[in-house]
Amino acid sequence: MLEFVLERGNYWAVIGLMMIGLYIVFASTNLLKRLVGLATFQTSILLFYVSLSRINGGTAPILYGKDYYAEAKDDHGAALDASADAMLTAGDVGYVKSLEDFEHIYSNPLPHVLMLTAIVVGVATLAVGLAITVRIREAYGTVEADEIRAMDLEVAISEAVDELEEREAAKGSGSA
Amino acid sequence: MSETFAIVAALVLPLLIFVGIYLAGRLPNVREAVTLIGAGLLFLVVLQLVGMVGAGERPELVLWSALPGLTFAFKVEPLGALFAVVASGLWIVNSFYSIGYMRGNRERNQTRFYMCFAIAIFGAMGVAMAGNLFTLFVFYEILTLSTYPLVAHKGDEAAQRGARIYLLTLLGTSIGFLLVAIIWTASVAGSLDFVPGGLLAGVEDLSPVIASTLLVLFAFGVGKAALMPFHFWLPNAMVAPTPVSALLHAVAVVKAGVFTILKVAIYIFGEDLLNETASREFILAIACFTIIVSSLIALTKDNLKARLAYSTVSQLAYITCGAMLADAAGFMGGALQISAHAVGKITLFMCAGAIYVATGATNISQMRGLGRKMPLVFTAFFIASLSIIGIPPLAGDWPKYELMQGAADAGLDYVPIVLIFSSLLNIAYLLPIPILALMPPPGGPAPVAFKRPGGAPMLTVAAPCVTALLCFLLFFAIGPLSAFLEPATGVRPVEELMAGGPP
Amino acid sequence: MIELISALMPATVAAHAPALLVAVPMVMAPFAAILPNGRLAWLCTIFATGFSLLMAIVLLTQVRSIEGGAVVSYAMGGWEPPAGIEFRIDALNSIVLLLVSGIGFLAAIFGWPSIKAEILNAKIAMFFSAYLMCFCGLLGVAATGDAFNLFVFLEISSIATYVLVALGYGRDRRALPAAANYVLMGTIGASFFVIGVGFLYAATGTLNIAELAERLKDVADSRVVLAGYAFIFVGLGLKAAMFPLHQWLPNAYAYSPNFVTMFLAATATKVAIYALIRFLFTVFGTDFAFEDTSLVWVLMPMGIAAMVACSFQAVFQTDVKRTLAYSSVAQVGYILLGISVGTAAGVSAGMLHLVNHGIIKGALFMAVAGMVLVYKGTSLNDFRGLGQAAPWTMTAFAIAGLSLIGVPLTAGFQSKYALVSALLDQGWWWAAMILVFTSVLAVIYIGRILEAVFFRAPTNPNKRHKEAPLIMLVPLWIMALASIWIGLDATFLKSLTNDAAISLFGQGAL
Repeated sequence: MLEFVLERGNYWAVIGLMMIGLYIVFASTNLLKRLVGLATFQTSILLFYVSLSRINGGTAPILYGKDYYAEAKDDHGAALDASADAMLTAGDVGYVKSLEDFEHIYSNPLPHVLMLTAIVVGVATLAVGLAITVRIREAYGTVEADEIRAMDLEVAISEAVDELEEREAAKGSGSA
Repeated sequence: MSETFAIVAALVLPLLIFVGIYLAGRLPNVREAVTLIGAGLLFLVVLQLVGMVGAGERPELVLWSALPGLTFAFKVEPLGALFAVVASGLWIVNSFYSIGYMRGNRERNQTRFYMCFAIAIFGAMGVAMAGNLFTLFVFYEILTLSTYPLVAHKGDEAAQRGARIYLLTLLGTSIGFLLVAIIWTASVAGSLDFVPGGLLAGVEDLSPVIASTLLVLFAFGVGKAALMPFHFWLPNAMVAPTPVSALLHAVAVVKAGVFTILKVAIYIFGEDLLNETASREFILAIACFTIIVSSLIALTKDNLKARLAYSTVSQLAYITCGAMLADAAGFMGGALQISAHAVGKITLFMCAGAIYVATGATNISQMRGLGRKMPLVFTAFFIASLSIIGIPPLAGDWPKYELMQGAADAGLDYVPIVLIFSSLLNIAYLLPIPILALMPPPGGPAPVAFKRPGGAPMLTVAAPCVTALLCFLLFFAIGPLSAFLEPATGVRPVEELMAGGPP
Repeated sequence: MIELISALMPATVAAHAPALLVAVPMVMAPFAAILPNGRLAWLCTIFATGFSLLMAIVLLTQVRSIEGGAVVSYAMGGWEPPAGIEFRIDALNSIVLLLVSGIGFLAAIFGWPSIKAEILNAKIAMFFSAYLMCFCGLLGVAATGDAFNLFVFLEISSIATYVLVALGYGRDRRALPAAANYVLMGTIGASFFVIGVGFLYAATGTLNIAELAERLKDVADSRVVLAGYAFIFVGLGLKAAMFPLHQWLPNAYAYSPNFVTMFLAATATKVAIYALIRFLFTVFGTDFAFEDTSLVWVLMPMGIAAMVACSFQAVFQTDVKRTLAYSSVAQVGYILLGISVGTAAGVSAGMLHLVNHGIIKGALFMAVAGMVLVYKGTSLNDFRGLGQAAPWTMTAFAIAGLSLIGVPLTAGFQSKYALVSALLDQGWWWAAMILVFTSVLAVIYIGRILEAVFFRAPTNPNKRHKEAPLIMLVPLWIMALASIWIGLDATFLKSLTNDAAISLFGQGAL
């Protein structure tokens, strides 16, 4: 049991981080804190992907030593491309054989690449979120969600009251 | 005139009139001329169609398919021809009447009024000539939507409320029940065409439960048939100007509803299947209930139009009742009632409108002694009342006769009792009005004064007189009429034919 | 006409159509941002969206060149799938592409007066840049054949959307909290989706959708796949505003600039629904998605709940935009209900409604945008008497409204007919009943608006008689007439959606 838990330590970490992030998003009323929670949540996903790609005893997916020279010896760009393809689709049966020809074990590089994209996406989201928060602060003078809601409600109620009075007035003038 | 051309003309003419009215909107005289000439032409076209149908042809026109299985198709058969001729013929009379009424009352937005009227007639023509349920449904909805502005014509709070109820009830029932029934029929039968002998009758192993459910959905889905409890839109629609009530809520709209019921009974279910369907008796009972209860409600109404509206609810249920009797005489009675009630009720409504234009009176209690000042109007009212009650020699006699015959053939003893009782109620709520107006007990207060000099405009008096005359003529036209309808309704088995059948 | 356009296309352009479809707006977006003034940016936008529309039409003809629908596969950058990113157009997504690019193009033409009035002058170029990014993201989601790439495009469109929604603050500051809320919910949705894709990748080792579908068959019963399935379902459900994950939508629609509302309502949720269909039917397969996981009992009740609850909510709104926003969620419910039947007929009906609703809601919000431009205000009271003041705009609005209800001769009728038929075929008569019942609710909420528009005296009697500008009226009427055309003759559209369903279920499913 303990072994089962410990073996999957990385996943526990990911889950923990994810829950913390989500909890902050939902529980906090401060918009900035919510964004912090969101960023935490997204980071946990990065970790999740990266830990997926890890292979026991594997090293960073950069060819070195004999592997590199073996490739370079061919002296053909095509061969290099082919091995890069092979790495990209590490799961594909057709390429596994050639992977086994390598001297070293490499981690799967594809999730890393994916996460580079995801980081960019996350940063962009965060930037937009922060920009909107700045605007909210300018417009409302606060970044607390409940205060904003209260202010909006007040406006809505006063609008409704105005409208009601207007209608009453219109009715009064109509009957007169 | 070829078949196709006649059908196209009957559909396109109202649209042309619509455009013409719009273009001539600034010139009231031209506008009215467009309406009248168009209505006359339409009537001629419809008469052509009637001639073809009478000669045993079934003019047909298939347009295109909206989806596979959903085809715009038209096919004129006797029932539809009857409905078309009633609607288009009375439209002429009603147009004259409208002109008198709308001008006499100085109503606003008259152009919109006439335009919507033309579209409503377009819808009625489409319903009458529809060759399948889908086409019928489409035009049924056109009829609903085009009459909404007419009901809301006055534009005040009450008119809007009435119009809202009108629209919601009719759209609600038609989308909520009728559409489901239609789609269900399509998925069971694989087609939506009107088939003599019954579309569903041709479906093998149709479960009785589904047939029963379908019948209930159809009966309540056709909100225009005003079967209780979906009748309340009709009294609410009385906020409309009287010409609308007269043509639409006594002829086109409500008759489109009961016409749909008859079509469904004859061409979707067919006599035999209908007899085997359990829920038929339930609907029949509801119809009988509607006949009695709405007559009773009519008794309590002092507002003339409200009383006439409840009377209409009751009279419409006759037709549903006829359809649910599911035999030849019942169908025939229902079909005859379409024409007989149309001429009778339009007369009553036009009289009510004439009284309103002349005096502003809307309540029956205000009309005491008014007959002395408006003798023609109240005489017409009197004749039409007698026709609705069913006294020979007036048109309303035949449907009641056929319905009782149908009930007897079907072995349903309680239906004739209901019909007789209803006739008594008709007497109780209709006759006092003309009698008190024409022969007021001495010593009463003086009748209300005319609000406009010269009383009712000439056109509003002439129109009901014409339709009252029609009540007479229709009585004597029963022979050709029933011969015309027999191909649709079927013929009563000869051996059961007793002495005293229709001549 | 469609054939003519594609016949005129040069062969190279036609061969690269899938890439150009997405790339042109993407390249144009930064270009629009650096243009010196808004009008140039607008023209640039029209060009880009128009080009995409052309490409979508070309793709449609390529797909339809074979009976039942061909598959156009395009290897991005010459990297062959499954390693490279594949753009894969089949009968299903060619419709979505056509819908999105068509509405995007019309919206671009239509938007200028509305945007000029609502967005600060200095920001108009940036606004169009964001719009193009959103447009290209939506097209990318629909076109791509790679699961992770789908996530990237989803986020491209979402981030641009957040910006667009937030820009509504010039008119109403409540746009900002709405946008902030949308950022949170949208990002969580996208993240859930990407977690799910991660699980699938862990189980199969591929990200290509076609490959995923092949390999998942062998590992369908693993927990990893189930977890991935759940994450993807919830994530895309959030994006598609699937009940009860729709809370972000009403505010975002109500307060964003009118142009944005119109575009989003017509396309954004539709694309997410497309992605959902793609994953449910292509990737997981009907058997897994529906039978092994009893998804029917999740999707169907949620669809019905959306239809009922949100239609009711729509009835009680006093703001026209909010009414229509709640109605949108309800309509998503209709589409999901159609999908949940799990038959080819159901999916075909759902797709039909997806397209129709895109057109209908687009037209409705276009009319609203036009009226707000001229008369300000979106509350029901502000709409009183507009029927007399702007008959053309409001007639188009009425046509679209009737279509939303499902009155015969309009597009809405066709799709509701198809939906009810599909439900009855499956024996779900009660669901059909609920569907028509909610149509009656639509009668009420649309009827309220139409009544105020046509039969009430205007609140301000001196209201000018002024229509929306012609440049807004033309696209509006194109949409309104399209809905009537579909209502009169839906055979073409239905053949498209039938092909789409066949591409998911295989020949002979219909």
